Amino acid sequence: MSDHDDLSGPDLATSSSGVPVDVLDGDIVGPRPGDTGGQGRLPRMAAALIGVGAVAVAGLLWLLGLGLLPAVLLGYVAFLVAFPVWSLAVENRRKATDRLVTVLVWTAFALAMIPLGSLIWTVVRRGAPAISVGFLTDDLSGRALIEGTGGIAMALAGTVLVTVIAAIIAIPIGVLTAVWLVEYGKGSRLATVITFLVDVMTGIPSIVAGLFAFAFFQVVLGAPLPRLAVGGGVALALLMIPTVVRAVEEMLKLVPDDLREASYALGVPKWRTIVKVVLPTAVAGIVTGVTLAIARVAGETAPLLLIVGTAYTTNWNPFDGAVSTLPTFIYGSLNRTGGQYGAAWTDAVWGAALVLIVIVMALNVVARVIGSVFAPKTK
Amino acid sequence: MAKSIDVSDVNIYYGDFLAVEGVNMTIRAKSVTAFIGPSGCGKSTVLRSLNRMHEVIPGARVEGKIVVDGQDLYAPEVDPVAVRRQVGMVFQRPNPFPTMSIYENVISGLRLNSKRMNKSTADGVVEKSLRGANLWNEVKDRLNKPGAGLSGGQQQRLCIARAIAVQPDVLLMDEPCSALDPISTSAIEDLIHELKSDYTIVIVTHNMQQAARVSDETGFFNLKATGEPGRLVEFNPTKKMFSNPDESATEAYISGRFG
Repeated sequence: MSDHDDLSGPDLATSSSGVPVDVLDGDIVGPRPGDTGGQGRLPRMAAALIGVGAVAVAGLLWLLGLGLLPAVLLGYVAFLVAFPVWSLAVENRRKATDRLVTVLVWTAFALAMIPLGSLIWTVVRRGAPAISVGFLTDDLSGRALIEGTGGIAMALAGTVLVTVIAAIIAIPIGVLTAVWLVEYGKGSRLATVITFLVDVMTGIPSIVAGLFAFAFFQVVLGAPLPRLAVGGGVALALLMIPTVVRAVEEMLKLVPDDLREASYALGVPKWRTIVKVVLPTAVAGIVTGVTLAIARVAGETAPLLLIVGTAYTTNWNPFDGAVSTLPTFIYGSLNRTGGQYGAAWTDAVWGAALVLIVIVMALNVVARVIGSVFAPKTK
Repeated sequence: MAKSIDVSDVNIYYGDFLAVEGVNMTIRAKSVTAFIGPSGCGKSTVLRSLNRMHEVIPGARVEGKIVVDGQDLYAPEVDPVAVRRQVGMVFQRPNPFPTMSIYENVISGLRLNSKRMNKSTADGVVEKSLRGANLWNEVKDRLNKPGAGLSGGQQQRLCIARAIAVQPDVLLMDEPCSALDPISTSAIEDLIHELKSDYTIVIVTHNMQQAARVSDETGFFNLKATGEPGRLVEFNPTKKMFSNPDESATEAYISGRFG
C-alpha cells in the first residue's frame, strides 16, 4: 500500500500541474491575445452578453419600423448565429457544435413552456378574483343566489363523488389484472391477448366510454335518459383501468426476481410472496401511478356530459339524479356567458377552471410525495 | 436436524431441453459438499433441484429421485413450499428485502409464513440467527435500519441469517461469494465451517481454492461436449479429488489444463 502511495504521489502532482488552469473570470471577454490553437474558453457571461446584443438588435429593428414578430425572430437568429461563431473563433469546432445544439434544445424547451405558462397565467389572473368562500361553499340553487353569491359547491361534490366511484371500480380491477399479467400469466397466450386489449382500451375515445355507460344504464334501468353519478363513475373507470394496469404492470416488472426467489426459498407460498414482498417493494410506484390515473380522469368532460347531466344543486346520491362536475359545469356554463348575467357566468367559468387545475396539480403533488415516502430506504 | 440427501438417476429438463443427465450421489449430513465445474454444466441446476427452486422457471422438471430423510422430494403428494422450508438457500447476489429492516429481514421467513410469536421469542430468534451468521456484533445497535444499507458481505451474511432463522435441515449456497471481496469471502468461509456442525451444506463455487478450503466432498460436473447435457463426472472426498482424482478430466480441470 505505502509503496503504491509513494509512486502515485509525484505522479498526480505532475499531472495536475500539467493541466491548464481554467480562466473563468468574467472580465476577460473575447479571444485572448495569442490564443489561436482552440485552447481558449468563452467567458461565463458569454451567453448573457450575446443575449443582450440580440435583444438590442431586435429593439433596433423594431424602432426602424419592422414588425415586432420579425424583429424578435431576427434577434433570435442573430443570437443563434453569433454564439456558435464566437465559440468557433475562440474555442474549437466541437464546443461550437455543443453550444449551437444547447441553444436549439433550450429553444424547444421554451417553446413548449409558452402555452403552459400562458394558460396558467390566464387562468390564475381571470379565475382568482372569482374565488371566495361563497364560491366554494354555495351551489346555484335559487336560495343560494338570492342569499349569497352562488358558487360551484355542487360541481366540487360531483367531481369528488364521480372520481371516487371511478377509483373504487378501476383500482382493484386494474391492480389485480396487472398482478395476474406479471406474476401468473407471464408469457402465456392469454396474457398476450389481455395486454393487447389493454393497449386497445388505452386508445378508446372518451366519448365512447360515455356512450357505453349511457347504453349500459339504459338497459339496466330501463330509463330512456339515465342520469346518475354511478354511470359517470363507470365511464371514467373504463378510461382509468388501462392506465392503472399499465402503470402497475411496469412497477411490478421492476421488482427483481431475486426477491421473489429469496421469498420462495424461505418456504413462502407464491400468493404470500406477492402480497408481502412484491407489492410492498413496488408500492411507491403503484400509488404514484394510480394517483396520476385519478388526476387524469378527474378532468374528463365528454363521457360525463352523456351520463351525469347537469345540476344546480348538490346531489350526494350516486344512484339517482343528475350531478354536476367541474368539467361539465364549465362546459354547460359557456352557453350562458353572453346573456343578461354573462359577466357573472364568465367569472364562474374561470374560477371553476382554476379550481380544477389546482385539484389536478394537488393530486400530482400528492403522488410525488407518496412516492418518496413509500420508496425503499437504504439509510 | 441436519439430514443427508440421496440423489439417484436424476435428469433435469428445461422444457424439452435435457440440461443435466444421470446424476447419482449421496450428500452426507453435517458436512460441506462442493459442486465445481465450468459455466453452463448444470451445477446450479442440480443445486436448485434440491429444494425445487428450479420449478420457478416455467417448463423445468426433474426425473429420478431426490430423497431427504426417507422422503422423496418429488413424490406427487409433496408440496414444493414445504420442501423449501426444509431446504434453505443462499443466492449468488445478496438479496435482502429492501422494504424491511435488518430485524425484519432475519425474521421474514417466519413472519411471511404468518407464524405467531411474541416479542421475546422473535428477539431470541433474531439474535441467535445473527450470531449464527457472525453478524450480530456488527449490527446489534442498528437492527431497525434497512437491510439494504449494509455492505455486500454483511448483506450476504444477513441472507444466511435469514435462511437459518427458519431452521432448515439443509442449506444450499449458489456461489455465495462470487459478488464479494476477499475479506468478506473469508468471513463467509469461516461461517460455513461453523455452520457445518448443525447443517448439511451444499455449495456451488467457481473458485477451486474455495472448494478445497471449505468442503469435505466435491462433485465435478462437466459437459460431455457442447450442446450435450451436463453430467456428474466424479464425486469424491475433497482431499482425494484435489490430490489424486479418479478421472483425467477432473485432473485437467483442477490443474487448469482444461479442454
